[in-house]
Amino acid sequence: MLDSVKPLRVVGAGQTPPAGERAAHDVDSPLAITGLTVSYGGKPALLSVDFTVPAGAMVAIVGPNGAGKSTLIKAALGIVPRIAGEVRVFGAPVERAMARIAYVPQRASIDWDFPATVIDVVSMGFYRRLGLLRLAGNRYRQKALDCLERVGMAAFAARQIGQLSGGQQQRVFIARALAQDADLYILDEPFAGVDAVTERAIVAVLKDLQARGKTIICVHHDLGTVQDYFDHVLLLNVRRIASGPVAETFTPAKLQETYGGRLVAVQGAGA
Amino acid sequence: MADGWWPFRAQVRETVMDALFDQKLMAALFFSAGYNTTLVTIGAALLGASAGAVGAFMMLRKRSLVSDAISHATLPGLALAFIVMALATGDGRFMPGLMLGAALSAWLGLLALEWVTRRTRLTEDVAIGAVLSVFFGLGVTLLTVIQVMDTGRRAGIGGFLLGSTAGMLRSEAELIAVAAALCGVAVYVLRRPFTLVSFDPAYAATQGISVRMTDLALLALALIVTVIGLKVAGLVLIVALTILPPVIARFWTNRPGRLPLIAAAVGAFSAYAGAVISSLGPGLPTGALIVLVSFAVFVVSLVFSPLRGLLAGQMEMLALRARVHERQGLLAMARDEPVYDRMTLRVLRRAGFIRADGVPTPAGHAAAKAAQREETLWSLYRRLFPDEAAAGGYHGLTPINDALPSDIVRDLEARVAVH
Repeated sequence: MLDSVKPLRVVGAGQTPPAGERAAHDVDSPLAITGLTVSYGGKPALLSVDFTVPAGAMVAIVGPNGAGKSTLIKAALGIVPRIAGEVRVFGAPVERAMARIAYVPQRASIDWDFPATVIDVVSMGFYRRLGLLRLAGNRYRQKALDCLERVGMAAFAARQIGQLSGGQQQRVFIARALAQDADLYILDEPFAGVDAVTERAIVAVLKDLQARGKTIICVHHDLGTVQDYFDHVLLLNVRRIASGPVAETFTPAKLQETYGGRLVAVQGAGA
Repeated sequence: MADGWWPFRAQVRETVMDALFDQKLMAALFFSAGYNTTLVTIGAALLGASAGAVGAFMMLRKRSLVSDAISHATLPGLALAFIVMALATGDGRFMPGLMLGAALSAWLGLLALEWVTRRTRLTEDVAIGAVLSVFFGLGVTLLTVIQVMDTGRRAGIGGFLLGSTAGMLRSEAELIAVAAALCGVAVYVLRRPFTLVSFDPAYAATQGISVRMTDLALLALALIVTVIGLKVAGLVLIVALTILPPVIARFWTNRPGRLPLIAAAVGAFSAYAGAVISSLGPGLPTGALIVLVSFAVFVVSLVFSPLRGLLAGQMEMLALRARVHERQGLLAMARDEPVYDRMTLRVLRRAGFIRADGVPTPAGHAAAKAAQREETLWSLYRRLFPDEAAAGGYHGLTPINDALPSDIVRDLEARVAVH
């Protein structure tokens, strides 16, 4: 089980991936991570994680607190510096493929007193396309309203974001991701602190995206809903414990390995 | 003589009248007090606008106080530049030279600030205090060197401490106006990166924005605004130009696009008014007057802002009280209970829910039924989603259709229908 330092390797066309990944590996995979290592002050938060996401999948990243779930997606997106590893998105280095990714951060990381209304936040999803100088005209306003409609929040467009409940704030973030019109959606705990109806609404939006061929990755903390919502799973605890289709990977033995002695407590809390 | 008991009264009146109808004031207000004064007031207004807009993003980024460190850190550079130029040419008052010195030492101050916050465990507020006081102390020490120097022209540096537009040269005013206008353009161009990085740096990074470069650009703009504003507002008070206008603007808008615009307008008005007033008499400190004008605007905003003003808060409280009484009265009506509370009766009567003699009207019956439905749905919502209800501050008085997305309301209604 001891992870030794991996030899350097280049992932590219015509190269044979290691045996374990061969089936899933694809140079045009929406997200292919190899050897990803992140450390916070000398302590590894992630160690040599290899993870390849098949196109069109809906993936849950699961693991105990401090397993590095959020760190994994932040490092993959370049928000957190990585000390080793490579991240490719649709075959290109992640830095060059950012336009195809929509990221939904954790709700807790935001100052909700910020002077912004619901439609202002959704419009931030257009900033990349607008660049520095182009004006956001009526067309973009209508687009933003359409995205809000898809999450049931069009009536709240003029509301200051601090006046929303947690579930509503999360819907607004989902709408902003929709505004980006991306191919890969990466969400950090989208269901944390969210009511059950909103959770259903968000799952419906995500399934709809998947039906249109998009790929979705969620950091997820509720083991009880993994099988209902997702078709692929990554079990993570600093290292990758296992990854693959839910039916094969989301097994009691692998979960036990991921959570160690804490699994009983986790299931108890989830019930 | 009626004025006998106070011999100065007539004189005071005369002075006040003079000031109000003073040709100089009118002339200065309407840009006809000569080219130089006009230029200075326009320059001040442009400076105020840029400082307000830059300050708006400094506030959103929660780094307003960094501009205080910047302004105080200009002093050693200012003094050193003065000394060097005085030794070299005999006159240390050349403004572009002084500005260059000020900018260099402010930049050093920012580097020190950055280093302390990144490399040590000290927080930014501590670092600001340390940088500010050390640089200012060094500057004051250098000022005493200037005092004992053998140059008769040290008066030029005093204006930088508290701001003085009185003896400003035409070229100086032009430099300030042009630089301020350029800063304003830069803020406009960078408004989207600034907004994104302030709102959520992690998300901004995924949008192709370099958080570090954006922060650097914002700091550089704050530095430029500070340095060109030194002569107008003075280094002790320039920070008010970047802090007060954004705070005032926050009273009037909830939108990120409008905040810098309103801050710029407030800054322009304050700086313009301050410069005009200070042009009326010798020795009136421009910086202090600008701060006082913007403080007056602040007080007005604090009281009258429709979004977060004291008056609006009071009105909201009264409206809430009326809503509570109305709801209690309607629920009592729905349960066929008598209502004794005078306030409740008054509210119900005024809304047309009961007649003068206290008998419910048809509209009252309908409203009572609606209130009962609201109450049922809200209490169900509170029971199902206690965290959400608490976090949203929903106590059932907001109409549920306004407060919750329609799919949630439908879900609640379906559950009520089942029971």
